[in-house]
Amino acid sequence: MGLVGQVFDALLAIALVWLAWQATRAADLFRAVVSFIVFGLLMAVAWVRLEAPDIALAEAAIGAGATGALLLSALDRLAPRRGRSWARVWRADARTWVLWVPAVMALAGALTAAAWQLPAPGLGAVATGALEQSGVDHAVTAVLLNFRALDTLLEIGVLVLAAVAVWSMGPAPAASAPVMPSPTLPMLGRTLFPVFVLVAAYLLWRGSHAPGGAFPAGAVLGAGGILMLLAGAQPWIRSAEHGPWRAILSAGFAVMLFAAIVGALAGGAFFEYPAAIASHAILVLEVTAGMSIALLLFAVYLRGEPHPAADTDRQRC
Amino acid sequence: MLIYLALASVLFVIGLHGLFTARNLLRRLLSLNVLTTAVFLLLVVIARKATPLDPVPHAMVLTGIVIAVSTTAVALALVERIALRHSPEPEPSASTRPGEEDA
Repeated sequence: MGLVGQVFDALLAIALVWLAWQATRAADLFRAVVSFIVFGLLMAVAWVRLEAPDIALAEAAIGAGATGALLLSALDRLAPRRGRSWARVWRADARTWVLWVPAVMALAGALTAAAWQLPAPGLGAVATGALEQSGVDHAVTAVLLNFRALDTLLEIGVLVLAAVAVWSMGPAPAASAPVMPSPTLPMLGRTLFPVFVLVAAYLLWRGSHAPGGAFPAGAVLGAGGILMLLAGAQPWIRSAEHGPWRAILSAGFAVMLFAAIVGALAGGAFFEYPAAIASHAILVLEVTAGMSIALLLFAVYLRGEPHPAADTDRQRC
Repeated sequence: MLIYLALASVLFVIGLHGLFTARNLLRRLLSLNVLTTAVFLLLVVIARKATPLDPVPHAMVLTGIVIAVSTTAVALALVERIALRHSPEPEPSASTRPGEEDA
């Protein structure tokens, strides 16, 4: 790392600290949310600097994209242009400067010193050495879908649980889409959606040998769905005449569990694929997991169970 | 390298401070997200110390990002329901949305 790189890192760190402070402390909630989204995007740059391109993709798509969409639409409902009623949540007085600022700085310093002394983890050589048997060429994908596939199974389980929890809170609010006077957004949504699908498919295919894979792909596809929703499309996720889309919500979890149990019954360990079919198994898992993640991110964005028919009148319990 | 460790510590403290002191629930959720990012940053910096690069913390962070967005989604849905219950009277601008004010 040369001098330019170090200066870049320092500037990036200062910007991130400022944005994090704004996200938690800005008087205006809208400003806080926008700061958080920009924080997520700059974090993606930091991940690239730290040689973690997979995380950069996921952070940009999920951390900044999906979370940002969720936060902005929640903000639209929570603060109906009520001005700055939450202003001044924190005020510095003399005691703050004398007592708390030094204490907090000491805590941050102690944390840094403790983190600096942590030993380096030693699984890199093991993971790289076993890469040939895993069925894929990219180490992170191998860890996610082969070596530590149990984590991924549980993670998709958490996402399914989140969707169940959100849907069980009652019917979705009626207006998912803003009242849009401009015809540009629906047109743009329709034009862009195929691009979203294409990018998602590319990321999914790329995951077997390079940074990419089911999570960024699912997030991009889910973001495309959210864009269509914002452009005025009806969520047909539950309607009977459009086919079994709803089953895809749990398909990723179900297929992963199926693969794990079949592997265990065939005499191997839980989540042990025979080396001969490992790459095919991972491909199937990745495609179903990606589609599930896309639809689940879309499902939690609805913030309630969508109605089977589009125009029923709703009542809240 | 050290700068990213320091960044992780500072972000951790900012997130913790916000989590404990913010009154507004949405703000508290933002602080929680900053806090998780700090933990992810620590994991990735530690992973980079190893030669060759350790992919396991990277996979853990990818898992963590999805868990964080799940948590955020459920918490936001809860915060919205709480806000609907506790809003004193529906504002005129809010009544344009059917189904919002009859909580």
